[in-house]
Amino acid sequence: MNFGVVVFPGSNCDRDCAYVLSEVLGHQAHLIWHQETTLDGIDAVILPGGFSYGDYLRTGAIARFSPIMGAVQQFATKGGMVLGICNGFQILLEVGLLPGAMLRNRELTFICKEVYVKVENASTPFTGRCESGQVLKLPIAHAEGNYYTDPVTLSALKANAQIVFRYCSLEGKVLTDSNPNGSLDNIAGIRNAAGNVMGLMPHPERCAENALGNEDGKVLFLSMVDALKKASGNSTLASV
Amino acid sequence: MKARVRVTLKPGILDPQGRAIQQALATLGFTSVEGVRVGKYLEVELNETDKAVAESTLKAMCEKLLANPVIENYQCDLDSH
Repeated sequence: MNFGVVVFPGSNCDRDCAYVLSEVLGHQAHLIWHQETTLDGIDAVILPGGFSYGDYLRTGAIARFSPIMGAVQQFATKGGMVLGICNGFQILLEVGLLPGAMLRNRELTFICKEVYVKVENASTPFTGRCESGQVLKLPIAHAEGNYYTDPVTLSALKANAQIVFRYCSLEGKVLTDSNPNGSLDNIAGIRNAAGNVMGLMPHPERCAENALGNEDGKVLFLSMVDALKKASGNSTLASV
Repeated sequence: MKARVRVTLKPGILDPQGRAIQQALATLGFTSVEGVRVGKYLEVELNETDKAVAESTLKAMCEKLLANPVIENYQCDLDSH
């Protein structure tokens, strides 16, 4: 499969994503500079983590106007899979492909640690290899991950099973104590109504191989590969 | 023409910075402080002489980039000279 990893000025997880896709999973990863305007030949797009445009004004606020984002919006509108990780999630919110906005973390600090998230929806193209309710240990690293949306939108997110990940305890309990940043309803990741766009604050690319001591993040990328193969009519399971 | 743009968090939106500053003020003995909200202030220089055009341009800027309508309100003032 051909994955496109968009590189904004200030992205710093682009190569980690590309490494996982190419070296760990054996697929093609194309780094796409933000000045590009097309996504020809790309099967799925990843907006990586980092500090695009220095997080000036608001996280993701300037990156959303990068030339490549027009193509990303078209790609998403046509049903293409788009995954936003951390800063990528913030960009998806700013561009309106996902609802809501990010506020500063409740305690104002930049948080860099491993957290537990519960898979609330295992029927998305990004979580097909997960069990519903499964607990994943994933690292977070952000200062603006305090997800907010209005009550009407939150109701819609719940009604449509758009909340994909919630911060939880090791046992899978969604508690206030297990919420690292004050995020509304412990939300760590959401998808759009159509299901082809997802954003999450944790970094699955930082824990996708055994050598790193944790490969819980690998299931997201494997799930995407499964979904792409299914979509292209090839139902053969990934051999990785 | 010079414009002054204030971007503020909507009422009800959690403002951790404002809360921290409020606590700091209370620690310093400013006990009458009942609330602090932190916003952004921008000065924008415009090459434009028509005030109405400048106002509509500013509004477009705010809605497109300077403020996030999900969480923020904005207010613009234009210098008359």
